[in-house]
Amino acid sequence: MRAEIRQDDHTLIAGLAGDWELENPTPRFDRLVEARAPGQPLRAVAFETAELGRWDSSLLTFLLQGMNYCEAHGLEFREEGLPENIAHLLALARAVPEKAAERQEPAASLLARLGTKGLSSFDAFLVSVAFVGEVAASLTRLLLRRVRLRWRDFWVVVQSNGSGALPIVTLISFLVGLIIAFLGAVVLRRFGAGYYVSYLVGYGMLREMGALMTGIIMSGRTGAAFAAELGSMKITEEIDAYETLGLSAVDHLVLPRVLGLFVMMPLLTIYAMFVGIIGGLLVSVTLLDLTATQFIGGLLTPVTLADGLLGVFKGTVFGLIIGIAGCMRGMQTGSDAGAVGRSATSAVVTGITLIIVANAIVDWLSALVGV
Amino acid sequence: MRETAAIEVRELTMAYGGRIVMQDLSFQVRRGEIFVIMGGSGGGKSTLLKHLIGLKKPAGGAILFDGEDFGEAGEAARKGMLRRMGVLYQNGALWSGLTLAENVALPIEEYTELPPEAIAEVVSLKLALVGLRGFESYYPVEISGGMRKRAALARAVALDPEVLFFDEPSSGLDPITASRLDDLILQLRDSFGTTIVVVSHDLDSIFKIADRAVFLDIEQKTMTALGPPADLRENPPSEEVHRFLTRSGDAADRSVPDRTRERTPAS
Repeated sequence: MRAEIRQDDHTLIAGLAGDWELENPTPRFDRLVEARAPGQPLRAVAFETAELGRWDSSLLTFLLQGMNYCEAHGLEFREEGLPENIAHLLALARAVPEKAAERQEPAASLLARLGTKGLSSFDAFLVSVAFVGEVAASLTRLLLRRVRLRWRDFWVVVQSNGSGALPIVTLISFLVGLIIAFLGAVVLRRFGAGYYVSYLVGYGMLREMGALMTGIIMSGRTGAAFAAELGSMKITEEIDAYETLGLSAVDHLVLPRVLGLFVMMPLLTIYAMFVGIIGGLLVSVTLLDLTATQFIGGLLTPVTLADGLLGVFKGTVFGLIIGIAGCMRGMQTGSDAGAVGRSATSAVVTGITLIIVANAIVDWLSALVGV
Repeated sequence: MRETAAIEVRELTMAYGGRIVMQDLSFQVRRGEIFVIMGGSGGGKSTLLKHLIGLKKPAGGAILFDGEDFGEAGEAARKGMLRRMGVLYQNGALWSGLTLAENVALPIEEYTELPPEAIAEVVSLKLALVGLRGFESYYPVEISGGMRKRAALARAVALDPEVLFFDEPSSGLDPITASRLDDLILQLRDSFGTTIVVVSHDLDSIFKIADRAVFLDIEQKTMTALGPPADLRENPPSEEVHRFLTRSGDAADRSVPDRTRERTPAS
């Protein structure tokens, strides 16, 4: 790859020789011109290619640099010395004008950007509220028997969140029960209150961790799946097909999913509570020398039915949140290749965030009413 | 026959965000005609279709369906209008969780009080009309792309719509299958008197089926031609229309003349 520069009168002649391939570094046109010996002022740039070997995009890049240089400095770019196919490619590369002007947007001030961000967040909030309203309206239509529930979708969700979810719920809940019991064993034993570890495990699993851990698991598992399913349907225009037939996509797609999860979440929560307590029992029996009878006795005495019902209530609320957040993100999916992935991620983040917030609100309210 | 046009587009402006895509679109689709929306890729054809079927709201102007403003209609009136339309999407957009029979049956179940046996008979008829007799229990994923389009057509005509919209019907199909689909479109119009609006840039298809066509010019951001395609080819109102209809150069990309040769030296 060689570019030898010489000047003939007012014309700069670039002799291109050797193989011009991308594997080798390409010389920059402007540096070659500026490095030449001082001479007469330039009016044109021409090329000699008699010794040119193989070439690829690296030569075209160099020549385009030359064209841009000539344009910027008011020089004539003479293509006569170039092979015809190279001249054609250069013409092709320059054929469509850049549309940079259309993309230019005035830089907004910090205040304007903050305002725009605030307005878009408010719009997103309104969209979310509208979606929740649509689901509520759809549920009302179902109760008034104005729409038919897609039972097959409903049972698919029930199955997926029943037997399908049991292994992961079992594993996580069992481990959470273990962890709470370990924590209790270490802390309570120091005060000679190891016996109360069953209270800690029971109270923790029933009121908080059973519902919370099930909610987080189902948000990652089912919320993301809802978003991905509906997102794919959005991209393949299946949701548009409902709308253009005057049918409600919420009635047909969202309602069976939300209701399926709404039905299954309390059951999964109860199961998670039970498995977590078993985990706690295991630690208590092996580490604290408690018998199973002592553990259960220590659990049943202070823990009330209200604690369990509160956990089940939370699980039900979390089911609604996960179902609605997953479906909403799915229905909001864009049209590009990464949109479904973003929707699934967003469904998980939204679901978990709202679950934590809802948990805090329910705890606060239950403290207020003394439950 | 009613005197109003099936669809009337009045000074329609289409925009994405604040960016105008097309403006000053005014035309009528007459009853019983096959009307083609043509233009280069990315020229706003599918966007116009989405406006016509109510998936997008106009940034300006109005779309009248049977004399009634689609955008201003209340929910019940709008649903009534949609009930009289059918849409065949580019990729069929069949509901993947339902069998072909269930896909065709769903709109009928929603809009009629027919008993299940009667619905099953109608579904079989619709599938037979598009050559899919015996495929009732198949899921969309189990059939070919051409069959999916035909099944989607069966769904689109399930409620015997007055107006049928086709988004790029020949895209992704081999020439023979595409030609058969064109025949089916013509048959639908001739047999049922259905008004048909087709988005296409397939010239063979356009000249075969279109009674009239509108040309959307991406650079002008408006329509630049309206009329029978053969007439537009004979007397093109613009260079862009001429290039598009005679396949001379890529109209969609609007390749500009070689600027490198036009540039004059400063000296």
